[in-house]
Amino acid sequence: MSTFASAFAGGLLIGLSAALFLLLDGRIAGISGLVAGLGRPADRSWRTGLAFLAGLVLGPPAFVLLAGGWPVMRIEASLPVLALAGLLVGFGTRLGSGCTSGHGVCGLARLSPRSAVAVLAFLASGMLTVAVGRVLA
Amino acid sequence: MIRTLRLAAALLCGLLFGIGLALSGMLDPARVRGFLDVTGAWDPTLAFVLAGAVTTSGLGTALARRLRRPVLADAFDWPTRTRIDPPLILGAGLFGIGWGLSGFCPGPAVAALSSGALPVVVFVAAMLAGMAAHGLLRRVLPVR
Repeated sequence: MSTFASAFAGGLLIGLSAALFLLLDGRIAGISGLVAGLGRPADRSWRTGLAFLAGLVLGPPAFVLLAGGWPVMRIEASLPVLALAGLLVGFGTRLGSGCTSGHGVCGLARLSPRSAVAVLAFLASGMLTVAVGRVLA
Repeated sequence: MIRTLRLAAALLCGLLFGIGLALSGMLDPARVRGFLDVTGAWDPTLAFVLAGAVTTSGLGTALARRLRRPVLADAFDWPTRTRIDPPLILGAGLFGIGWGLSGFCPGPAVAALSSGALPVVVFVAAMLAGMAAHGLLRRVLPVR
């Protein structure tokens, strides 16, 4: 399969997952929201959120069984940069109420103007960050 | 019975999500950063991931809007906030900086934990700390 075809097919699966989670459980498959929900074990939806995240972690090993090899994973950033990035991603996705899945995959599908603005903001900010890194490097 | 079904459904949905991420190339932070690298060697591949995902997610959303309730739960938990406010834009902006620095957003980072790679563990631990920091600071933040 060409890179574009596997990217599109992978995207179809991601969207199918979000569609099924909505149709079966009634919830938005926003990963940052589900991860943050782990800190609220009193919530009624805590166990289903944990089950979703467990499935998510098992996804790549399942892919290895189906495809025969681990997907390419090239991590360029150093550990201190990854730690800083993780802090920003964790804090930012809570302040902004979502990430690529909640605002992108689910929010854009719902035609939510709020999510569309969030997607434009994190795309612009991500592109600017890479561009600045390119100038400084 | 229904509780077991809900857990099984959530597990299956997470599994599909993770397989989709692996197939799509989203687990490769270098490729993600290539997509964000519009002033350099721009790699448009990930636009196809989003196009595919919004297609099936959109069909599911259209179908869900016709249902009175989800199959296994009492009610749909639709997002209620519609305001485009400073926390939304500031939060998305901070997230974008972290995404651009690392090439990881939350879904691929959690899925990549199964690789056991130390950089992924460091990123996810810091992400949890960032979320906890927001939980602690939210009452005193000038924007929330």
